[in-house]
Amino acid sequence: MNHDAYPDNYIRGILNSVKSIAMVGASPVNVRPSYFAFKYLAQRGYDMIPINPGHVGKELLGKPFVASLSDIGRPVDMIDIFRNSSHIMPVIEEALTLDPLPKVIWMQLGARDDAAAAKAEAVGIKVVMNRCPKIEYGRLSSEISWMGVNSRTLSSKRAPAPTQGMRLSLNRMSVGGGDTAASDRAAKNKSEQS
Amino acid sequence: MSDRLPGFSTLAVHAGAQPDPTTGARATPIYQTTSFVFNDADHAASLFGLQAFGNIYTRIGNPTNAVLEERVAALEGGTAALAVASGHAAQVVVLQQLLQPGDEFIAARKLYGGSINQFTHAFKSFGWNVVWADPDDIASFERAVTPRTKAIFIESIANPAGSITDIEAISTVARKAGVPLIVDNTLASPYLIRPIDHGADIVVHSLTKFLGGHGNSLGGIIVDAGTFDWSTGGKYPMLSEPRPEYHGIRLQETFGNFAFAIACRVLGLRDLGPALSPFNAFMILTGIETLPLRMQKHCDNAKAVAEYLAGHPAVASVSYAGLPSDKYNQLARKYAPKGAGAVFTFSLKGGYDAGVNLVSKLQLFSHLANVGDTRSLVIHPASTTHSQLDDAAKITSGAGPDVVRLSVGIEDKEDLIADLEQALGA
Ligand SMILES: Cc1ncc(COP(=O)(O)O)c(C=O)c1O
Repeated sequence: MNHDAYPDNYIRGILNSVKSIAMVGASPVNVRPSYFAFKYLAQRGYDMIPINPGHVGKELLGKPFVASLSDIGRPVDMIDIFRNSSHIMPVIEEALTLDPLPKVIWMQLGARDDAAAAKAEAVGIKVVMNRCPKIEYGRLSSEISWMGVNSRTLSSKRAPAPTQGMRLSLNRMSVGGGDTAASDRAAKNKSEQS
Repeated sequence: MSDRLPGFSTLAVHAGAQPDPTTGARATPIYQTTSFVFNDADHAASLFGLQAFGNIYTRIGNPTNAVLEERVAALEGGTAALAVASGHAAQVVVLQQLLQPGDEFIAARKLYGGSINQFTHAFKSFGWNVVWADPDDIASFERAVTPRTKAIFIESIANPAGSITDIEAISTVARKAGVPLIVDNTLASPYLIRPIDHGADIVVHSLTKFLGGHGNSLGGIIVDAGTFDWSTGGKYPMLSEPRPEYHGIRLQETFGNFAFAIACRVLGLRDLGPALSPFNAFMILTGIETLPLRMQKHCDNAKAVAEYLAGHPAVASVSYAGLPSDKYNQLARKYAPKGAGAVFTFSLKGGYDAGVNLVSKLQLFSHLANVGDTRSLVIHPASTTHSQLDDAAKITSGAGPDVVRLSVGIEDKEDLIADLEQALGA
């Protein structure tokens, strides 16, 4: 996979197929990006599992915190990692001990570790880096258009008005990654520098 | 659902718009409402805390305006956009995110006269200090950089003379200085030039001109290219630092490559207040659907008129980058191969009086202070748009006393030439 510019179909396929998401580094602080993403994905119907050893015994939006991936005790489809690039590798190593393996490993905006990604991909896990699943879901469903964001999708179909807890269709026609190519290039240059 | 790239004209008609979920209305409805009901207290809190996507109050966002925003973002190749009440409002909102009192920004000396005034006087009172540079001398931008420089501002095609700016060269200076390049793309429109493809980090427009295109609605827009890293060195605290207005959110960290557009919305538009009326957004959206057709006709007509004027004995010189003899023709071929725009100037051998005489005799060209209308327009900048500049600044910005500016419309070019013929001849 080219981790500089993901085809929309790759992201769409992931968001359409996974049902459970374990979020490593989920924060109970309601201005942290992980809290935003956790809450949004739960509202869109994903089975969310917050992982944070510092908060075991407490709940995040009604879901009990779990100390580590190994402590989940049931299969998960996707692991969404809210940690800096330098803390990715140990999480991936732990994820690779799970049975069954997760289908997807996702690293948040700003997080990228190509070596860790290669390890996961070597055993057939799909990897996304430096993206936010909330933003991607909002973009492909065009819900994010309400904030003036370029969804890079088009549709001549009438969509139902989104309500609380509703799954949205992500199957709009893609304009492709090309129209924000400049932004993708900038992200690539940045990851090469760091 | 293949990842196929639609063309510019398809985006001009479709991007951002889809049938109304409630009624099925195919044209984008005018959501003429100040506010939007919340589902419940939690939904309200999520929206106010920026945790959920949705509408609150039209000063912060509106569904009609959002269609316009996504459409222009798509046409410019940006990650997101924010529509505001006018082009000037766009400029204030952009710089408010970038400059603290005492900071500087570098601006090209060749700009719309209103922008020169805004930068020189209004912004000075905010403590934002403009440093001028000459777009024909790239090194003058490099020399102007200081540790307090926070941005560089240029026009892609500069008002009034239609000169073309070397965006790539100036973007190199901006990148070296670690500051974003802001390009006012009003006179080109994304149909002719997409500044992001040439290194711009932020694009602004007066939608009042070619994008709206019919001379009926004011508007402005800010497009975020998603290319600038705001996190380095605490230089842009509006984006990189925890915001007290939002309980400590860091916008760059939360919104990634469209954080600048969000900052403009939630820290700029929300607090300064220059919201675009949804009615204007609707009018401008309708205009944008025909942008590619209109813009090509504007350019073709402008070229024919410029050629005619260049051959007229009463005309001393024509400044139109689309003419092969023009100083900016090389840059026009590189940046605007479809046409060099439709706003340009010419000077009359008879000087100031001949200019005044011409303007008064024209029958089809309207004498007014605007550009980018379907109708052909004429003005004498020295006595109007650029009248507040001193004589030297008038000349450096291309608005000397003998200069007349045209904005060539989409009428039949033969009629425009005939009108000029009778006005120049008599
Ligand atoms: C190049 C350019 N930028 C900005 C503006 C200001 O736009 P508005 O009048 O919409 O505030 C104008 C208006 O003439 C312009 O020509």
